[in-house]
Amino acid sequence: MQQYSGFGLLKHSLSYHENWQRVWSNPTPKKHYDVVIIGGGGHGLATAYYLAKEHGITNIAVIEKGYLGGGNTARNTTIVRSNYLWDEASHLYEHSLKLWEGLAQELNYNLMFSQRGVLNLGHTLQDMRDIERRVNANRLNGIDGEVLTTAQVQEMVPILDCSTNARFPVMGASWQARAGTARHDAVAWGFARAADGLGVDLLQQTEVTGIRRKDGAVEGVETNRGFISANKVACVAAGNSSVIAKMVGMELPLESHPLQAMVSEPLKPILNTVVMSNHVHGYVSQSDKGDLVIGAGIDGYTGYGQRGSFNVVEHTIAAIIEMFPIFSRVRLNRAWGGVVDTCPDACPIISKTHIKGLYFNCGWGTGGFKATPGAGHVFAHTIAHDEPHPLAKPFSIDRFSSGELIDEHGAAGVAH
Amino acid sequence: MLLIHCPYCEEMREEEEFSPAGQAHIVRPLQPEEISDEQWAHYLFFRKNPRGLHHEMWLHAAGCRKYFNATRNTVTYEIMETYKMGLKPSVTASEEGQS
Repeated sequence: MQQYSGFGLLKHSLSYHENWQRVWSNPTPKKHYDVVIIGGGGHGLATAYYLAKEHGITNIAVIEKGYLGGGNTARNTTIVRSNYLWDEASHLYEHSLKLWEGLAQELNYNLMFSQRGVLNLGHTLQDMRDIERRVNANRLNGIDGEVLTTAQVQEMVPILDCSTNARFPVMGASWQARAGTARHDAVAWGFARAADGLGVDLLQQTEVTGIRRKDGAVEGVETNRGFISANKVACVAAGNSSVIAKMVGMELPLESHPLQAMVSEPLKPILNTVVMSNHVHGYVSQSDKGDLVIGAGIDGYTGYGQRGSFNVVEHTIAAIIEMFPIFSRVRLNRAWGGVVDTCPDACPIISKTHIKGLYFNCGWGTGGFKATPGAGHVFAHTIAHDEPHPLAKPFSIDRFSSGELIDEHGAAGVAH
Repeated sequence: MLLIHCPYCEEMREEEEFSPAGQAHIVRPLQPEEISDEQWAHYLFFRKNPRGLHHEMWLHAAGCRKYFNATRNTVTYEIMETYKMGLKPSVTASEEGQS
């Protein structure tokens, strides 16, 4: 793998940048792989990378129906944070945040990871009680967090309407300084490039049409490019997880919903942090390009259409304008939808299944992007050892029958 | 924005008047104490979540406030039919040749 550096940039400028190595190859499928990963988004590519790097398994294929990072990896609002309430969830997301902090160096790829902090606003007394509880829980778990007063919030974000005239006046906020944003596509590309460098086959335009089993164990996957045999099959298909599960006659505790996001026209720098509000129901940050990146909640119906309804866009924008009246005349550039697989307890499933050699990483709902490295890391461990990683253990699919649900709606309901 | 026909009001109304209420025709186990935890979990949490035809419930929240059923394609979002609670769908996956 060609190393990127300032010196390399200079060197290649002498040859008019015409001799850069291809970032990853486009191999023909082999007959057999040790591990086949279904889904070439951030999570799938991260899983392949950590399998190759930490567990020495390099005979891996990542099978992607479309192109790498073309699903939810390309459709999220790029927020990274770890201020979740419950121990299990906060440990998992904090594991991920710690990996984020060294990831650009490790992958030798600029992820534009920016720890610009995340504000979660409180607008009611109950909001503030929940915020204090969550920040205390975070600090007990070694995660940074502070409770800010309205005056501190106003000082940090002067354009936020903190007046008492607001429909839901800002009463304070939680602040996680280590949180921030990252360039979403770069994460997929960085992992893809690093995995390819370690010998992983990235098979794009390859659609899984069936999973072959024998005596309760997987044998491989049927694809539009023929049968590929595999010892282990790992499904990282996000919104389409239920479709894959159906191939082996399984149902999952998931519902796939459209989640919409949008960006404005590029503006001069005006917002240097991430502002989220559960109560007014929206969140916004400004990308390095200058556009406001805006999101809110899912469309309530199940849908695989990668688009949602206009009334949800309208509610989202209304919330942003409520918080930032100064944005009222900003024009939107683009709006889009992704398909998110939501779990009843707003927590992911990282699990073995009753079929030997079949693993699922799904149910991330509206908040999978921030977990990309962490999820890949613990899922790779789960696959390699056929035993859940200690951090992944509470997220087994068995929790739905044992009752050990991890109710993260408080931290995850809207704000991802 | 979906236009939805409420089978009780017998009118096409805008989506904002309704709220989706998930998969339809889930039968509560008649003798919950006799089934296993897995079966109970299946009833509570596990869903078909099909890519294609879906039978689902909607609530006409800002209208008659009644629940009803709809058959909708989850990819195209086309609503094939709406029908009252207790009735069976007339459009099903096998007729459409998809699931």
